[in-house]
Amino acid sequence: MREVKISLVGYGVVGHGVVEVLDRKRKALRDMGLDLKLVSVTDHTGSVVADDGVEGQKILGERTLQQVSNCEISSKEIIRSVESDLVVEVTPTNIVHGQPGLGHMEEALSQGKHLVTSNKGPLVVAYGRLKRLAEDHGVSMKYEATVGGTMPLISLIERTLVGNNILGIRGIFNGTCNYILTRMTEEQYPYARALNEAQDLGYAEADPTYDVEGVDTAGKVVILANSIFDMNVKYGDVNVEGITRITPEALLLAKKRGYVIKLIGEVPALTVRPMLVPIGSPLAVGSTLNAAAIYTDLSGTITVTGLGAGRIETASAILSDIVSIYRTKSIDSIS
Amino acid sequence: MRLSMDLELQDVPGQLLLALQPLRDNKANIISVVHHRDRKTPRGNIPVRITVEMDRSRLDRVKNQLEGNGVVVVRAGEERFKEEVSLILVGHVLHSDLGDTVSRVDCTGFAEVMDLSLSMPGIDEPSSAYMRIRATGKEEIHKAISILREVGAQKKLLVIEPIELEAA
Repeated sequence: MREVKISLVGYGVVGHGVVEVLDRKRKALRDMGLDLKLVSVTDHTGSVVADDGVEGQKILGERTLQQVSNCEISSKEIIRSVESDLVVEVTPTNIVHGQPGLGHMEEALSQGKHLVTSNKGPLVVAYGRLKRLAEDHGVSMKYEATVGGTMPLISLIERTLVGNNILGIRGIFNGTCNYILTRMTEEQYPYARALNEAQDLGYAEADPTYDVEGVDTAGKVVILANSIFDMNVKYGDVNVEGITRITPEALLLAKKRGYVIKLIGEVPALTVRPMLVPIGSPLAVGSTLNAAAIYTDLSGTITVTGLGAGRIETASAILSDIVSIYRTKSIDSIS
Repeated sequence: MRLSMDLELQDVPGQLLLALQPLRDNKANIISVVHHRDRKTPRGNIPVRITVEMDRSRLDRVKNQLEGNGVVVVRAGEERFKEEVSLILVGHVLHSDLGDTVSRVDCTGFAEVMDLSLSMPGIDEPSSAYMRIRATGKEEIHKAISILREVGAQKKLLVIEPIELEAA
């Protein structure tokens, strides 16, 4: 049995999902030979530290850790001082300066701890630096949940499609925009009404700018460009147009001619813009789904689809990243 | 009648003039000349596509004169629009001079707007237009889309292009 001590930094929606999924999958993971032990959980209000493992059931009812905190040191200090093998970083994202996640990630990697994250900001701001830090310290950095949520994209390219040259990726990377556009198409709602509905259902934030102006999708385009295409680009290099100017009439005109309108991110073109997608195309998915077409030299075009966000769905991508670190066998070690 | 011809010119000075002279002599109104100086044919010639308005009955005479001038005529005949593309424009499509937007594509000679539907929900509200463009080839489609992109930027129109289903 391989014991893996995990420090969780960030206890918002995704953080709760991670605790719940680790709890729910404990037996299946043990059957796999992995004992994933949560040794610390931290948010902006405090930390719960337990060398023998934090019990999920004891903290899952708490919205923040304020009432259950047993340690008052800073999150970076927790990463440094708590004995752990791996840090899961899921604090709120900031695409401009990457903090506080960037500091957490640098600390974790510098301490020789593996890193798994769903936090886009630090990767958009400093992917190259973080990658070098991971390499220099001989640890893994996994970030599947930053791009397509639960939709397997990075692992699909890095593992299943290994050997292929990736010529390009086009896709829908924001479930909120996709939901709004789907409802505008289905019901002929104006943009504002579809947005209100998305907010009522919890698919859109009170301030939806990040999603609807294409910022979130552009961040994902940057991560894909830097990680899959080795491009060394920044957010400002992406040409971004969101969905706020799309009218129900435009969607209706498109539908009559056999198209839907989707917010599409493209790599290596570095664009985010609404585009006409033929109805029936694998990319023409509705509701909050994400989809991505991967163009390869050997395997042709591969299209994947899946839920782009959600507490448990994102935690599932994080869990799969954690497991993949310990299941990876280097070619040299195979007899 | 609008006609087009694909010609091949030798890579020596003065050849384009030799290709244009028979057109002038036969009162052809030249719409466009696309000269691919950097893209040679396997024979080492330079491909040129010329689109003209002229009487079809003069076409054979023009071809003979071109060949007499040493110009290779690969194809000559009615303009063939082989490619089509759909686009949506959103914004003040009508009040930003829709006629001008359309003619910016039409005047290229290699592409034209063949279908246009407009939806205007109310005064001062942005309108939406569906546009189908046809062109003589894939490259010309891309050029026409680029033109509309520029027009869109100038007139503050959102130009929604079709996704390409193949890798760029």
